[in-house]
Amino acid sequence: MSSVAEMVTNNGNKPRRRGKVKVPNVTLAHGGGGKAMHDLIDDIFVEVFDSEGQAPLEDQARFSLASLAALGDRLAFTTDSYVVKPLDFPGGNIGKIAICGTVNDLAVGGAIPLYLSCSVIIEEGLPVETLRAVSQTMAKTALEAGVRVVTGDTKVVERGACDKLFINTAGVGVIREGLDLGVDKARPGDVILVNGLLGDHGAAILNARGDMQLSTPIESDCASLHGLIDTLLSAVPRTRFLRDATRGGLATVLNEIAEASQVGIEVYEDRTPIRSEVKGFCEILGLDPLYLANEGKVVCVVPPEDAETALAALKSHPLGKDSAKIGEVNDHRPGRVVMQTVFGGRRIVDMLVGEQLPRIC
Amino acid sequence: MKYVDEFRDPEKAKFLLEEIRVLVPQIRNARTSNSPIYIMEVCGGHTHAIFRYGVETMLPDGIELIHGPGCPVCVLPMGRVDDCVALAHMPGMIFTTFGDAMRVPGSKESLLQAKANGADVRMVYSPLDALRLAKENPDRQVVFFALGFETTMPSTAFTVLRAKAEGVQNFSLFCNHITIIPTIKAILDSPDLQLDGFLGPGHVSMVIGNSSYRFIAEHYKKPLVIAGFEPLDILHGIWMVLKQIAEGRSEIENQYKRVVPDGGNTPALDAIGRVFELREFFEWRGLGSIDHSGVKIRDEYAQFDAERRFSVPALKIADPKSCQCGEVLKGVIKPWDCKVFGRDCTPETPLGALMVSSEGACSAYYQYGDIEKIHDTRAMVEEMV
Repeated sequence: MSSVAEMVTNNGNKPRRRGKVKVPNVTLAHGGGGKAMHDLIDDIFVEVFDSEGQAPLEDQARFSLASLAALGDRLAFTTDSYVVKPLDFPGGNIGKIAICGTVNDLAVGGAIPLYLSCSVIIEEGLPVETLRAVSQTMAKTALEAGVRVVTGDTKVVERGACDKLFINTAGVGVIREGLDLGVDKARPGDVILVNGLLGDHGAAILNARGDMQLSTPIESDCASLHGLIDTLLSAVPRTRFLRDATRGGLATVLNEIAEASQVGIEVYEDRTPIRSEVKGFCEILGLDPLYLANEGKVVCVVPPEDAETALAALKSHPLGKDSAKIGEVNDHRPGRVVMQTVFGGRRIVDMLVGEQLPRIC
Repeated sequence: MKYVDEFRDPEKAKFLLEEIRVLVPQIRNARTSNSPIYIMEVCGGHTHAIFRYGVETMLPDGIELIHGPGCPVCVLPMGRVDDCVALAHMPGMIFTTFGDAMRVPGSKESLLQAKANGADVRMVYSPLDALRLAKENPDRQVVFFALGFETTMPSTAFTVLRAKAEGVQNFSLFCNHITIIPTIKAILDSPDLQLDGFLGPGHVSMVIGNSSYRFIAEHYKKPLVIAGFEPLDILHGIWMVLKQIAEGRSEIENQYKRVVPDGGNTPALDAIGRVFELREFFEWRGLGSIDHSGVKIRDEYAQFDAERRFSVPALKIADPKSCQCGEVLKGVIKPWDCKVFGRDCTPETPLGALMVSSEGACSAYYQYGDIEKIHDTRAMVEEMV
């Protein structure tokens, strides 16, 4: 943390006196640019993201190029918006995803995640305490991930113009020298691994929406994967490709690899780790867990000779204890993903068209 | 998972496949024509499981599965979807539907598009959820898009009975329930039909029992085996049909005894009988009008009938001419033989009904099938066995 803090330039200002929000709900006034907005930003965001009062409130964060360059030879830059409904769900909230998701998008490129921006769009009427809980989670998650939220923006929109709270985070990281990960780099013979049980996040969210009123306690797997990925890349620097299997799930990532690398992929249903609660949930709703979103799962492609080392490295990390080799890359049908089913048959695993909709019977 | 994994056991599958590999050539050698053995699974749930588990890729050459008309979403004519969209757009309306009906194209919009364009369309898992919405929103009208075969009919009927008992005023059904028996009969009467036997629908049979199928065996001399939805059920059902053919029998057999009682489900049938009566005819997408193949709400429950309560366009919209859904449904052609399959007609932009739901044969082939390769996948599997 200290090295990160030093890299953000500080012009030596003394900490300012911070404003406080004194009303229970966010109103349009909090987006108006005046005192109310400053109070909100101070009380909710500056309070948690810059508790030591180091950074002055400029319109941009400023970094020392030299300290960035010391960490690697390329910058990685990414952005993602988070609109999850409900805001709170078992295993996390929108704030946790907003940090983890962007940290993971940097980490899967082989980057050390460093700085994040945080931009929020708030629907008027949102309880201030809800917003505070989200920002506190973001700060805690960022601290755990070793990243700093260094710039941000706040907008308040009329009721109905957004759904409670939308968050965008962008992130900057530095890619270590010698790594060359790419979606087009899978080669026949390569082995495909995942770091644990698939579909938890998607099932947790659907369940939390309450339509099914199932009592199954499925928790989101939402987690920052930079540590796990660092462990893997240190053990297997020749790793070909990593991608976090978020929206569209495992199936989508496998198709992206098959398409971009012009290779075939064969996966084995019986080796694909899915917890029985998620399987049961999917059975009832007629969903396919391969397409369910994850927020803490990474798909790894490694050369065959490194497969065991990669598996051991993943399993040595707490976020990888259920890791498994789930399939191989082949040269049979470029662009095609085939699954060997538990039953012994084979089926094509294609990209999902639109959203998964529950089947009626 | 308990009570599920047992029915997906590859070891038991191997045993059945060995038997099937013996039966298929035995049956074909005894016939004069060289055509494959055609077995139709009537139910969309079977179609889905067949593709989901790759059952078709495990079968030997010489046997073909025909994916029949049992996907209620697929056989819904375009005009009825237009009526749904018109209802959904009515001021103050909450239109409720099962999820997979959302994407079915109407002539102008699907329900998903209507939702994007401002209609209040909500996905529910049961008609009781729709009734609950009606009670929670007493100042709005709530219509439930009732569709499906005898499988979903009882839950709709019970919901209407409850709505009446509770005096709910703002709830009604847009009734598109259809019945399986007249449809199988229409398929059997089709002159271009080539079928050797049926896998009967498990869930429908759980409600109606198995005596209603008797005419298929007695009059049309075709075997029918009611089967469950796990891959082992399906393979077992196929084996039972083949066994009948090999032994020159045509009977109604029940593979799904753990769920389907011979007499069906009496309380469910009573509820259906109280609320619904047969329509003179009902229009099917791809198959045309079939006599007595749909039900409507009885006069006694007219207040719960959206068709009487609201005025819907009720126009007959012809399917696109290029679509050959009807021939595919009857097994006359395979999905990939259709002129527009995979080109103008894809799951993203379906022209024909069978491309719409994951239970539709065309969509299933498009998503899971990779048709040209099914045969060489089979060859590969055979090499491995």
